[in-house]
Amino acid sequence: MNSLRSGLMWFVPLTVLLALTPFISNNYIVQQATFVCMYATLALSWNFMGGYTGYPSFSTSAFIGLGAYAGAILQNGGVPMVLAWVIATGVTGLFAACLGYAILRMKGHYFAIGSISIVEILRLIAASWSSFTGGGEGLNLPIFRGGPEYAGMVFLYAFLVLMLVAVLATVLVDRSRLGFGLRCIEQNEDAADMVGVNVNASKIAAFVLSAIFCGTAGAMSASWVSYISPPDAFSIVMTLKVPVMAMLGGAGTMFGPVFGALVFVVIEQSVLSRFLDYNQAILGLIIVFLIFFLPGGLLRSTLFKQFKQRILTKDPQESKP
Amino acid sequence: MTTPLLQVDQLSKNFGGVAAVSKVSFALEAGQIVGLIGPNGAGKTTLVNLMTGVLRPSGGSVRFNGLDVTDQRPYQASRRGLARTFQIVQPFPQMTVLENVLAGALFAGPAKTRDEAMVQALDCLEFVGLADLAQRSAVSLTLPSRKRLELAKSLAMQPKVLLLDEVNAGLNSAEIVDAIELIRKIAARGITIMLIEHLMKVVFSLCDRLLVLHHGELIAQGEPQAVANDPKVIEAYLGSKFAAKMADQQAYLSEVNHV
Repeated sequence: MNSLRSGLMWFVPLTVLLALTPFISNNYIVQQATFVCMYATLALSWNFMGGYTGYPSFSTSAFIGLGAYAGAILQNGGVPMVLAWVIATGVTGLFAACLGYAILRMKGHYFAIGSISIVEILRLIAASWSSFTGGGEGLNLPIFRGGPEYAGMVFLYAFLVLMLVAVLATVLVDRSRLGFGLRCIEQNEDAADMVGVNVNASKIAAFVLSAIFCGTAGAMSASWVSYISPPDAFSIVMTLKVPVMAMLGGAGTMFGPVFGALVFVVIEQSVLSRFLDYNQAILGLIIVFLIFFLPGGLLRSTLFKQFKQRILTKDPQESKP
Repeated sequence: MTTPLLQVDQLSKNFGGVAAVSKVSFALEAGQIVGLIGPNGAGKTTLVNLMTGVLRPSGGSVRFNGLDVTDQRPYQASRRGLARTFQIVQPFPQMTVLENVLAGALFAGPAKTRDEAMVQALDCLEFVGLADLAQRSAVSLTLPSRKRLELAKSLAMQPKVLLLDEVNAGLNSAEIVDAIELIRKIAARGITIMLIEHLMKVVFSLCDRLLVLHHGELIAQGEPQAVANDPKVIEAYLGSKFAAKMADQQAYLSEVNHV
């Protein structure tokens, strides 16, 4: 398929470059590369629900936080780190399946509000249930041994692998019956039901897919930073940032979310970090700009298509219609 | 007597205190074209929605192919071979015409693989005369073409029964002639058809049998000509005053003729 090949043309070099950062640059860059992998994973997850299925989900932080707390509590209970990540993933997936059964009856704005409320509810539970979650004081995790440079490298590769798994899942879903069914739902849910798509089961599958990688990412980042607290784990800003990344690259495309995450990290580091007082206002402006001028995302923009055409055809003059 | 393909028994639906459909019973025999007529708001679309699982009945049952399907969901109805079109066309707007039809073949049809479904989809597009537009996006089609697309989509599911909800609404008379021809061709494939229709020209030229719905009740059924002369049907369409006047007139005329 053409979109797969043209996506891989920049995705493979990007992956190689990210993997090489520990050997060619400093700790700061390695950390940013890790963020790119993490954000790409989160945006790819959101894409199953918000992109393919067309349901504006703001539950991302609920899944991140749940994964983080599940992983932290397990690790503190003596479960080995990687096993804790796996179990946290399962817990998040199970939670999403049950939650999806309940809230996927809502559509449009109602679903958006319902999904964002889950973040707040879970944050309040985490903040209140002190005996289990540490309450407002948060939880400390065992510190990863081997020094900051070694730890940075390990977590970079962990997130890189997770991103690759999320990309693989996206490619598989994109080409499967499930993916086609989700796109039908996005276009017209009633008509999808009428042509024989099991709408409820498909939506729940998409919701679970959008949750599990967030759960793993949450558990992994908890191990990475060795400390979690309710407002960090269940962050409202994060739940808004992730859809912005996916939309920036192109919601409903296979590689758009990765591209969006990359661009977002660059913007965040070069612009937002210089205007600490205004960074959320700038984020708001980016959202408005996206909706008005780039509704299909960067990968679907004419500028990018012309660029792609120029690379794919050897003689740029020939590509002119 | 053979069991009918589709059997509706005492089917009812209440919306609050309003009985949209009340105790409707009828049967569809395989191979027939049956017309469902009635004034606006009679409950025709509600009846179709009840039969295809879009709405849950308040009472009664639907049996299809010897199976009780009263509680089915729409996707199950399609997979079982009970397809429908919508009164207001429901395409997947940003997909191509071919993808629209492919969805029907892939999810509700018998096709096991995508390639198989693709062959069937192309076949259906050929059948309704949309093959040339296969790669166009559905949203770019004209209304008559969109109606054909709806038909192709439901045909791709390879249904046993096809419920057509006002497929001719909004078409001009030349387009209607084409549409009638197409419906005949579908019936010739051995698909049983139930047709909701306001245009009597269409009903009389196509249907073997008519069902008349009024205020949610089935007030008449039978041969088209007999139904058209049924005083209850005339009353439903023209009002009781006018019906009485017409009956008087007819009685007078026959009296005159006798003399």
